[in-house]
Amino acid sequence: MVLVFIDHSDKQIKKSTYEAISYAAEVAKQINTTTEGLLLGNVSDNLADLGNYGLTKIHHVANDALNNFDAQVYAQVVAEAVNQLHADALIFSHTQTGKSIAPFVAAKLKAGLVSGAVALPVTSNGFVVKKNVFSGKAFANVAINSPIKIISLNPNSFPVKKVEGNASVETLNINVPSSKIKITATNKVEGEVPLTEAEIVVSGGRGLKGPENWKIVEDLAHELHAATACSRPVADAGWRPHHEHVGQTGIQIAPNLYIAIGISGAIQHLAGVNRSKHIVVINKDPEAPFFKAADYGIVGDAFEVVPKLTEAIKKLKGS
Amino acid sequence: MKILVCISKTPDTTSKISFKDDNTKYEESGVQWIINPYDEWYALVRAIELKEKNPSAQLHIVNVGGADNDPIIRKALALGGDEAIRINTTSDDSYYIASQIAEVARQNNYDLILTGKETIDYNSSSVGGMLAALLDLPFISLATKFELNENTATVTREIEGGEEVDEINLPVVVSCQKGVAEQRIPNMRGIMAARTKPLKVVEPAAVDALTEIVSFELPPAKAGVKLIPADNVEELVRLLHEEAKVI
Ligand SMILES: Cc1cc2nc3c(=O)[nH]c(=O)nc-3n(C[C@H](O)[C@H](O)[C@H](O)COP(=O)(O)OP(=O)(O)OC[C@H]3O[C@@H](n4cnc5c(N)ncnc54)[C@H](O)[C@@H]3O)c2cc1C
Ligand SMILES: Nc1ncnc2c1ncn2[C@@H]1O[C@H](COP(=O)(O)O)[C@@H](O)[C@H]1O
Repeated sequence: MVLVFIDHSDKQIKKSTYEAISYAAEVAKQINTTTEGLLLGNVSDNLADLGNYGLTKIHHVANDALNNFDAQVYAQVVAEAVNQLHADALIFSHTQTGKSIAPFVAAKLKAGLVSGAVALPVTSNGFVVKKNVFSGKAFANVAINSPIKIISLNPNSFPVKKVEGNASVETLNINVPSSKIKITATNKVEGEVPLTEAEIVVSGGRGLKGPENWKIVEDLAHELHAATACSRPVADAGWRPHHEHVGQTGIQIAPNLYIAIGISGAIQHLAGVNRSKHIVVINKDPEAPFFKAADYGIVGDAFEVVPKLTEAIKKLKGS
Repeated sequence: MKILVCISKTPDTTSKISFKDDNTKYEESGVQWIINPYDEWYALVRAIELKEKNPSAQLHIVNVGGADNDPIIRKALALGGDEAIRINTTSDDSYYIASQIAEVARQNNYDLILTGKETIDYNSSSVGGMLAALLDLPFISLATKFELNENTATVTREIEGGEEVDEINLPVVVSCQKGVAEQRIPNMRGIMAARTKPLKVVEPAAVDALTEIVSFELPPAKAGVKLIPADNVEELVRLLHEEAKVI
């Protein structure tokens, strides 16, 4: 059985979890078995609906103590669930939560982990999973040699697939160890599209000259329901928050569309964004290296081009 | 107070990525090696700051790697570590690496173990969590701030769409990223002192790797950019809508 960890935040199942379920369902097909889900804590979504993505059963550990996240506690519960349910494979999404518990679970179970997977395993000869390496500059094909296989799937790497189905929900009784962590504050930025999950990302660089000029980036992002990002010097200068910094030493993303405004396209920047399916570059310098990595480009002044682009998109959406 | 910082060696961020031996090995010739930025700029510098506030603290550096890693270990000592331990083996399996570090950690009873968020070559963000599991310690990942109190630590960590502040009793394993500290440059005094600081080399424990890299691939090259005149943004919108179908 392929077990999927159902990742949620604010009582809602994350988009990346639907991708992980669709992925797990394909893995299950390859190894001739079923796909089941594991939920720790509570969500407000209707669990039976997860059948529409390929789950046949959901194992629910509903202990209230799980409403506060503690990687050690979560990992112990997940490892115990894998043992009790005799799962052959365990799929996480490579999100903040996945990154904190997948390795912990893997070491507990002595199971091989491929983290940041970007494609389905090849099972014709062993079990080989393609993952991101060199911060987006290359891929490695990694063989898992242990009996239990663990994969954490990069967000935006696998399409969500709808199927017909209904998932049954069963309570799973697992002792939840007490947490050693006390959460004293949680600060969320409201209403923002999470960068790693965003379909469209609009990003600004030093070419925008200063934080006061970000309105043109935000207006364009708003029109496209996009997340905003930036180059590293922009975050270093404090023009934008650190969590918007993309690149080799920032966040690596793979949206459908990445629009780079006033960014030169340094190798460290490209490493974080070159898996985007489509790249648009707006830069006043025709020699900017980013054009070599782009699908569409406009050579021009961002302060003139971007507001016009926003207007043109508004017109398209209005029509 | 005993602190362990895990450092990994990675190619410089400007390095060209190519492969040899039928795409099974990274082409290392001409590559400039550095301490993995997350380990150096954040985990190590923060540990040094903690030691500066509490001079009786001991700061150890651990690396799993061959003798070719000694220059980056010396650099870490020049920045401020007290002594270093190199476990003399190479591997690209996170479980194998974490198991080796766990052996060292078990012998020294560290109060705090810091890792980087991830290595910029293997991008696994795995060694920290695995190490915590092997040592049966709590793990806080993706820290953006780290403060030490009497016997507890206050750690701010990245969560989906924001941050969370955690209070935790020591010992703990924490993976560090931007925000935890600021990059430093080693000074002459540090570089001189590093030459005589202990760098112990230990042989690896017998551990089975659970994964293995069978080959590498480069991403497919782009077909070439379509340039659109700046006075015709409507054409770009049309292409994105009709050709790329992304808006
Ligand atoms: C170890 C290391 C790690 C790094 N990691 C990262 C990383 O993760 N992410 C990252 O982004 N960088 C990273 N960098 C920095 C990287 O090398 C570049 O310095 C950085 O990406 C440049 O940012 P930029 O493109 O915004 O600025 P610049 O390179 O200054 O480019 C600004 C661009 O704006 C254009 N421009 C100016 N005015 C206008 C206008 N009016 N309209 C349109 N275009 C205009 C210019 O032609 C230019 O191309 C790293 C560097 C090192 C050494
Ligand atoms: N070979 C190694 N030796 C020592 N520490 C390592 C090694 N590899 C990884 N680490 C540590 O583990 C962190 C996460 O690495 P990774 O799981 O490879 O992304 C790094 O930032 C380092 O702090």
